[in-house]
Amino acid sequence: MPKATTAGHVSTPAVSPRLLWTALAVVAFMLLITYLVAFDQGAVSQSGMYLHELMHDGRHLLGVPCH
Amino acid sequence: MPLTDGSKAPTFGALLLRGLLAGLIAGLLAGFFSYGFGEPKVDAAIAIEEAAAPAPAADAGPEEEPLVSRDGQKGGLFLATGLYGAAMGGLLAVAYTLLRRRLRTPSDTRAALSLAGAALLGVVLVPYVKYPPNPPAVGDPETINQRTISYLAIVVIGLVAVWAAVVAQRTQPTEWRKAAAAVLGFLVVVVIGYALLPNINEVPETFPPDLLWSFRLASLGTQAVLWVVLGIAFAALLSLGRRPAGRPEREFVATA
Repeated sequence: MPKATTAGHVSTPAVSPRLLWTALAVVAFMLLITYLVAFDQGAVSQSGMYLHELMHDGRHLLGVPCH
Repeated sequence: MPLTDGSKAPTFGALLLRGLLAGLIAGLLAGFFSYGFGEPKVDAAIAIEEAAAPAPAADAGPEEEPLVSRDGQKGGLFLATGLYGAAMGGLLAVAYTLLRRRLRTPSDTRAALSLAGAALLGVVLVPYVKYPPNPPAVGDPETINQRTISYLAIVVIGLVAVWAAVVAQRTQPTEWRKAAAAVLGFLVVVVIGYALLPNINEVPETFPPDLLWSFRLASLGTQAVLWVVLGIAFAALLSLGRRPAGRPEREFVATA
C-alpha cells in the first residue's frame, strides 16, 4: 500500500466547531432550496402557487411525489 | 514537509463553491435530458388528464387561466433542475468536507465519486423502487402529505442503508467478505424499510402502462444524469483546484 493515504496530502480543512456551525448553516440553506423546488405548496415561497407551478415538471421528473 | 492539518488544504468556502458549480452544471444537463426525454411524457399525461376531466359546464364561466403556461413550465424545468442540482452540490461539498478523512482512499477523485455514488444509491435508487415517480394526472391530492412523509422516510432509509453497508464492510478482513457484508448490511436496512413503509399505488387502471413506464424511465434518467455529472464535475473541479499547488503534489501523484 502506498504511503500517500494520509501523509502529505490534506484535501479538506480541519474540522473545527466553527466549521461545523458553518456547515450546518449551509446544509439548512441547501435544504430550504430543495424544499422550495421539490416540496413547497405555496406556504413558504409566499408566491402563492406560482413557484410550485413554474417548477412543476421538474418536481415530477426529479421523482418527488406531487398531487 | 509539515503534516499539520490545513497547511495547504482548501478552505470550506472553496470546496463549497466547487460543489455549487458542479451541481449547477449537473442540474442544467439533467434539465436538458429531462426536456428531451421527459417533457413529451408529461405532455402526453396532461393530455390524458384533460381528456378524462369532465367538460366544464356551460354556465361555469370562462375557463380558469393557468398560473403558468405549459411553455413557462418547460422553462421552469431548467430552473427546478438547476436549483435542485446546486443544492445537491452544496450538500455534496459539505459531506465531502466532513467525511473526506473517514473515506479510506488516497484519491480525492475516488472519494468524491464514492459520495455521489452513495447519494445516487441512497437518495435515488432506494426511493425509486419503493415509490416510483408518477407523471402529472396520477395521484390523489388528498394523500400528498402522507406520500411526502413516506418519500422523505425512504430517502433517509436509503442513506442509512448505504451507511450500514460501509460500516458492515469495515468489520470484515478480506475482500470478498467485505463485499458480502456490504450487500448484506445494505439489504437488511432496505428490506426493513420497505416492509415498514406503506405501499402506495394511485395509478388509475385506465392510465396507459407504456406511458407510465416511459415517464418513469425518463425520471430515473434525469436523476441519474444529475448525480453522475455532479460526481464527475465535482471531482474534476477538485483536481483543477489542486494543480497550482505544484511542489508536493508529485509524490502523491506518483503513488496514486
